[in-house]
Amino acid sequence: MIVELGHLALVISLGFAALIAVFGLVGAQRNQVGLMNATSTLVSGQFVFIALSFGVLTYAFLIDDFSVAYVANNSNTLLPWQYKFSAVWGAHEGSFLLWILIMAGWSLAVAVKGRDLPQAFQARVLGVMGILNVGFLAFLLFTSNPFERLVPMTPAEGADLNPLLQDFGLIVHPPMLYMGYVGFSVAFAFAVAALLSGRLDAAWARWSRPWANVAWAFLTLGIALGSWWAYYELGWGGWWFWDPVENASFMPWLAGTALIHSLAVSEKRGTFKSWTLLLAITTFSLSLLGAFIVRSGVLTSVHAFAVDPTRGLFILIFLAMVVGSSLTLYALRTATISAKASYTLASREAFLLLNNILLIISMAFVLLGTLYPLAYELATDGAKISVGVPYFNAGFVPIMLFLAAALGVAPVLNWKRTPASRLIGNLGWVAGLSVVLGVGLPLVLADAVGWQVLVTLVLAFWILGSHAADFVRRARKGSLPVAYLGMQIAHLGFAVTLIGVAITSVLSVERDLRMAPGESTEVGSVSVRFVGVARVSGPNYLADQGEFVMVESGRRYTLRPEKRSYLARQSVMTEAAIDPGLFRDVYISLGEPLEAGAWAVRVQVKPFVRWIWLGGLLMAFGGVLAVMDSRYRRLKVRQARTTAAVAAEGT
Amino acid sequence: MNRASLFVPLGIFCLIVVLGYLGFRLEDPHRLPSALLDKPFPEFNATVLGAPERRVSRDDLLGAPVLVNVWATWCPTCKAEHEELMRIDALTDLRLVGVNYKDDRAKALRWLEDFGDPYEFVLEDSDGLLGVELGVYGAPESFLLDAQGLIIYKRVGEISPRVWRDEIAPLLERLEVRSNYDTSD
Repeated sequence: MIVELGHLALVISLGFAALIAVFGLVGAQRNQVGLMNATSTLVSGQFVFIALSFGVLTYAFLIDDFSVAYVANNSNTLLPWQYKFSAVWGAHEGSFLLWILIMAGWSLAVAVKGRDLPQAFQARVLGVMGILNVGFLAFLLFTSNPFERLVPMTPAEGADLNPLLQDFGLIVHPPMLYMGYVGFSVAFAFAVAALLSGRLDAAWARWSRPWANVAWAFLTLGIALGSWWAYYELGWGGWWFWDPVENASFMPWLAGTALIHSLAVSEKRGTFKSWTLLLAITTFSLSLLGAFIVRSGVLTSVHAFAVDPTRGLFILIFLAMVVGSSLTLYALRTATISAKASYTLASREAFLLLNNILLIISMAFVLLGTLYPLAYELATDGAKISVGVPYFNAGFVPIMLFLAAALGVAPVLNWKRTPASRLIGNLGWVAGLSVVLGVGLPLVLADAVGWQVLVTLVLAFWILGSHAADFVRRARKGSLPVAYLGMQIAHLGFAVTLIGVAITSVLSVERDLRMAPGESTEVGSVSVRFVGVARVSGPNYLADQGEFVMVESGRRYTLRPEKRSYLARQSVMTEAAIDPGLFRDVYISLGEPLEAGAWAVRVQVKPFVRWIWLGGLLMAFGGVLAVMDSRYRRLKVRQARTTAAVAAEGT
Repeated sequence: MNRASLFVPLGIFCLIVVLGYLGFRLEDPHRLPSALLDKPFPEFNATVLGAPERRVSRDDLLGAPVLVNVWATWCPTCKAEHEELMRIDALTDLRLVGVNYKDDRAKALRWLEDFGDPYEFVLEDSDGLLGVELGVYGAPESFLLDAQGLIIYKRVGEISPRVWRDEIAPLLERLEVRSNYDTSD
């Protein structure tokens, strides 16, 4: 009965979403205050009913209601309770319900925090988000109902959650990722609302900038968490695989990064306006494209959800309608006369443009690599091909290094033009120092490094140096606004990630060994002794647990990797054991049992691998910090005044 | 910048959608891959569940239309499907043959004792090799064979009353298999 209530709540919220779309758009078009006021109220109602529905599904998991097909397929009585909770979004149906809950949450945030916007504009934004939610809810209800019952045959026991997903990483990774994906719908709705109203001035950029930043920060966190999870949970020690599903999250991130930079130019200088609109549409379109790729099964991936053709077709039609109509609107409504470009090459505008070009090229490159196998399969009548890691690295790495080189110049630049003397005066010594440090440090501290590491380190020091110099200069003047600190931290994060990626990729040591109990070996500077394997049991699995005593520069510690056999699915999982450290991880995983008690063992020493995710955290933190700037609070007061003035004029 | 160039993003997007649509048509996992459609069921040699001394081969599937159903005790959907199979067995003349896929023999026998046995016989495929031959995605999965052993239909996933009514019952009429299974509801 309670389950049916959750289903009913979903149906009701579909009604709410439809009303929000109609009231918001019609109210704004006809300037009817009553309809626009009702829109905000309906948004609250929509959120309440979707939250109720989400709560019901969670409840069904917690009480092991296996009459619900989704629960039966993704849970088990033996599953620990925290995983029963996260299993709600462990597969297609529930994770899409989470997506919708987050969508409703963002709508609510716009209804509450966006009160300072002109009312018609806010109503349009909510209306556009309403249309999106109609599509999402219809998709869930008609193709992927999470409340479908298995009656009359109710299984006594559930099939259990996929063991890969029984992990802390999965509890937090999808919510963060969806906050980012769906969060970009706000910037998208702002852009469409601006196109609809024909108000294509800098105002919409100022309004949508904080939203885009927050969404971007969430997406950054989500991707970093996903990478970290893949690293320790998949048991291979890899942290990025250029898998279609990873690419699906990375493409909106690249476009979103371009967007938040382009928004800065549009807000401050009033230029790049059409371009920024296009980026806002593109970023969210890529989020939707990602959803299509992940949930339709067109591309094979380790992450793919259970496949159902009707779902793929539905998303594709929805994608075509939403993106097709917004791009048509863009082509018809955006301004063709661009403001006279009044900036030189050595200006912040020019470098932000360069940033955008590089990010969009890299995004297009990833898109091409992701879709190419599909095109190939079509062109050759079914032959399968996989575009491998070499393709992505060959194109992506040089673009990022180029971006890093440009980023080092960025903090010194003024808007419009920067005197050459100032450029050289501020950056000359930074360039020298970064070459000395970038080449010198590794040569002193390590005995063998690749040239790739040297180049990356020089560029990382270049970014750090120029940002530090600018920070000191600004601090002396006493002008350190929060937004500036946010930018500094985010750029620092980029340099940190760069260092982590380069050093881990080039200097990791990996050994596949056959070890019998009692044997010892050396991997890098670590000595490994295999003590033996013991049987242990967990709540819903049995495991062979290896014991390895490690000695590393006088420190002694024990690592216990496991080979787990999950009971309900009879699937085997590798649970790596890691000794984490800021400068290196030691990573051990158990392979297959061999003859006479020996085991295949994989030992890896991965220097600086944590820096990859540390950099991600810094980027996300910087993105959020930039929004905290008092500038946006002042803005609100000003807007309130403007709105009042407009209202007064109107009467 | 002229107006026409503003349509470029829309053009690129249309290309991607067309690609997505074609790609999605390409892979319809519930439909039989063309490789197996109207092809003979692969040759096999397997033991029978509960009668380990008895060996069966492809010849044992010939003579009359047969529904080969891949199932396992670890699969809850199979449990959901089981009742439908019992009903099919009771109400039609269609032969049912099971393939017990990657399963434990004792558990499988207990399952048939507890929930009923709709099958003429059940092949043991504990290592999943026959499953590989058949291109099994997962359990449950079913193949409908005509009297000559040609695969004329394949279903990935549960046979629900709806699937029976819409997809399998019409085929049985063509194969002239007697059925009292009232599909009007």
